[in-house]
Amino acid sequence: MAKLILSMDGLVLKEITLTKERTTIGRKPHNDIQIDNLAVSGEHAIIVTILSDSFLEDLGSTNGTLVNGQPIKKHFLQNNDVVELGKYKLKYLNEAPKAAGGAADFEKTMVMRPGSAPPPRMAPAAPVGTGTVIPGAAAPAPMMAPIPSPAAAPAAFAPAPAAAGAVAQGAIQLLSGPNAGKELVLTKALTTLGKPGVQVAVITRRPQGYFITHVEGATFPVVNGKPLDAQAHPLADHDVVEIAGTKMEFFFKS
Amino acid sequence: MNLNGCIEVVGHSDPGMVRSHNEDSIANDVKHGLVILADGMGGYNAGEVASGMATTVLMTELQNAIGVHAPFDIDPDTGLTFAQRMLKDQIEKANTSIYQASQSQPQYAGMGTTLVASMFYDNRMTVAHIGDSRLYLLRGAEFSQVTRDHSLLQEQIDSGMITVEEAKHSQNKNLVTRALGIDPVVEPEVHDYDTKVGDIYLLCSDGLSDMVPDDEIGLTLETLGGNLTLAAQQLVQMANDNGGRDNVSVLLIKIVKEYPAARGIFSRFLGWFR
Repeated sequence: MAKLILSMDGLVLKEITLTKERTTIGRKPHNDIQIDNLAVSGEHAIIVTILSDSFLEDLGSTNGTLVNGQPIKKHFLQNNDVVELGKYKLKYLNEAPKAAGGAADFEKTMVMRPGSAPPPRMAPAAPVGTGTVIPGAAAPAPMMAPIPSPAAAPAAFAPAPAAAGAVAQGAIQLLSGPNAGKELVLTKALTTLGKPGVQVAVITRRPQGYFITHVEGATFPVVNGKPLDAQAHPLADHDVVEIAGTKMEFFFKS
Repeated sequence: MNLNGCIEVVGHSDPGMVRSHNEDSIANDVKHGLVILADGMGGYNAGEVASGMATTVLMTELQNAIGVHAPFDIDPDTGLTFAQRMLKDQIEKANTSIYQASQSQPQYAGMGTTLVASMFYDNRMTVAHIGDSRLYLLRGAEFSQVTRDHSLLQEQIDSGMITVEEAKHSQNKNLVTRALGIDPVVEPEVHDYDTKVGDIYLLCSDGLSDMVPDDEIGLTLETLGGNLTLAAQQLVQMANDNGGRDNVSVLLIKIVKEYPAARGIFSRFLGWFR
């Protein structure tokens, strides 16, 4: 569950868990988070929480709302964002849920139906292996997941291509043909070589290294004098590849 | 009519790197121009049961229905083409089967599945989908997503709450707003599209679209379009290289040559000899 930590001048004043769909922030006492300070407007801002995502919106306050130093009107809150209202700071913490079943379970697809109460948290707290839970009458398991322990690592969500950093940069240099001597750096995930309709091979960049695979044509690529079969073949430094009559050398750039 | 030789279809399904079993299910019938992909959900093996039921029930029923009506004819009752009508009716039937199984058997309680199904006929295709399984199209150098997910995230994007860029960091990625077998009735989204020779269509589960950025999927289809089997393997491999947190399934369809429907009596007669 996402929470906010209210502080001023580095002094922690309060910890607020975002349980409500709408959490209001302001100077007046009817707000969910009351900050009694003249720099804060009566109704200053609101946080709308939908399942595990929270959105901060400034309600036209006199002195404005800052997120990470930038004034905002509306903002999609990310873990560790710092919201500033006058001298007060609200730190937004929302660590990805970790279910008992491990990282594997929390990304399982679930159905959300209009009319049924959305789960407070999407991590299924069911026994290992039960996995997906669908909100509604037939739900076989309790919906509430344990609050992630502070030790739980923040989930790295971005499906960033792992290849970029893991593998040394590969390149090929043509050894024969009209363009002999020309160098081609293999920056893309896939690089095709050869003549379409005659013979085409592809070099793929993967976290494990570079691989060459036959794509089309009657003849297969030749690596170090040996023709390949239909399987992908790992490329080593200074391998000599022959495709459609052209020889080229694969090497790692240092 | 028989679409053998007019379209080329390759499918590949993989449990991924994390899950122990595969809850995705794929099916294709080149002769009738049918491709179906389902991504099941539910405890224990119920997800597999739901997606398996969706593909088998839908495939069998559609094959039967095509034998009765030509997909391009207009249904006088509804004004829709029979292709649309068939998909809607048979998806309803599959929905009922899954729903009843989940109601009557406690171990299947709450199971459901997403679905994307296409029918190719008369140089056209009709696509029906429910949930977050997608259809993409590569036409020339242009790669685009044809279906729109029925998911919370897509609704938030549509309503302007978040941008597409912000959506990549959202934690609500796995919530679908429609699924097959959850409720007694379901409404699939159905559309018609014209096909062109050289088009490559991709049906995939969210195990691919969540793990591999769209531009890399497009690049793969563009470079490996000459060898669909390799392209399908490559897509699954890319998803697994990026973590493979979910089951990955892909169905690739390439339009090899035109397949206009045989409308007149004579051409229908000729069609028998194809």
